[in-house]
Amino acid sequence: MSETIPTTQTAVDQPAKPRRPLRLTMVLVWLAVLGLLAILGWGLLNTTAARPEVGQPAPDFDVAFFDGFGWDGRTTANLQDMRGQVVVLNFWASWCVECRDETPVLESAWQKYADQGVVVLGVAYADVEPNSLAYMDDFGVSFPHAPDLGTDISQTYEITGVPETFIIDKEGVIRHVQIGAVNEAMLDQIIPELLAQ
Amino acid sequence: MRKNVIRWLLLVLLLALLPVAVHAQDDISDDEVNEVAKDLYCPVCESTPLDVCPTQACADWRELIRTKLAAGDTRQDVLDYFARQYGDGVLANPPRRGISLIVLWVLPVLIVLLGGLLFFRLLRGMRVAPTAAGGPLPNPLPKGEGAPTGPLPNLFAKGEGAPTAKTGDESLDDYIARVERDLKQ
Repeated sequence: MSETIPTTQTAVDQPAKPRRPLRLTMVLVWLAVLGLLAILGWGLLNTTAARPEVGQPAPDFDVAFFDGFGWDGRTTANLQDMRGQVVVLNFWASWCVECRDETPVLESAWQKYADQGVVVLGVAYADVEPNSLAYMDDFGVSFPHAPDLGTDISQTYEITGVPETFIIDKEGVIRHVQIGAVNEAMLDQIIPELLAQ
Repeated sequence: MRKNVIRWLLLVLLLALLPVAVHAQDDISDDEVNEVAKDLYCPVCESTPLDVCPTQACADWRELIRTKLAAGDTRQDVLDYFARQYGDGVLANPPRRGISLIVLWVLPVLIVLLGGLLFFRLLRGMRVAPTAAGGPLPNPLPKGEGAPTGPLPNLFAKGEGAPTAKTGDESLDDYIARVERDLKQ
């Protein structure tokens, strides 16, 4: 009985099964699944976008100043235009109680440091324009102010509320973030240090 | 002379209507304001409609709505203004463009279509499966050289020494006979 019984050999000899053609519906299904995953991933990245912190470059933005509250003779500007100056970027609103304590401090800093290369820029967050103008008039402010149109700037800086202040050095890097009101001692310590750099 | 009288009459009429018009503009009720405000969201507190929000920011926004309605703006004008000024995020019904279009309109439709397609395929698979089970079983032995071509032998039939069914192939019959013997032991 040396003869072997061919059993498995025949399976190998069987003609190869023709590959199923790629069906259009399956292609569409997979494309849709990948699309959904991409959108979900994009949304996840956006919602977890980190707010700019100290040591990071300050995100650029455009502003259209309130009438009579421009900077350097301009009615519009962006942060890049202020490169080479120390920028005190302050988010405020007329309905914000705490802002009322710091507005005179910011005006004082503007008067003190404007000619040394400092820009104090007030950004009115979610405020009604007539109220913003009335507020600025009440406090007699003279430093540049702009509305946060479309809340683009506050979203970019991921502010947690008002008042909130970002102090940006001459190179456009954030050097201090203040949640809540700034005070005179704080500004008098930070601004000269940044001007000296 | 007659023309002068008409002119005077028109002037008097206009003057008489002026206070009515001014009063009508000032007289925007809270309900009218809230009718627009309910389609806006508070800028400060999350997910709170403007008409029920107690913050000062929302009170200011409601007053702005009143001012704009009094100035003759339509509801849509007011909503457009707020979207322009504070972003689409303040609208209860964001416009169908950009990412809002994808997330709020395209995505749900895609999900429904995808679900329907998968459900249809599942149903079709369930219809095909019973037909296959009910039909004749395929011959598990491959066709080819040395393989039996006739009906499969009954390996479990009773018998001694020889296979209970002849395949015509001597070596295969011998093999089957040995298997039957082993099974009996």
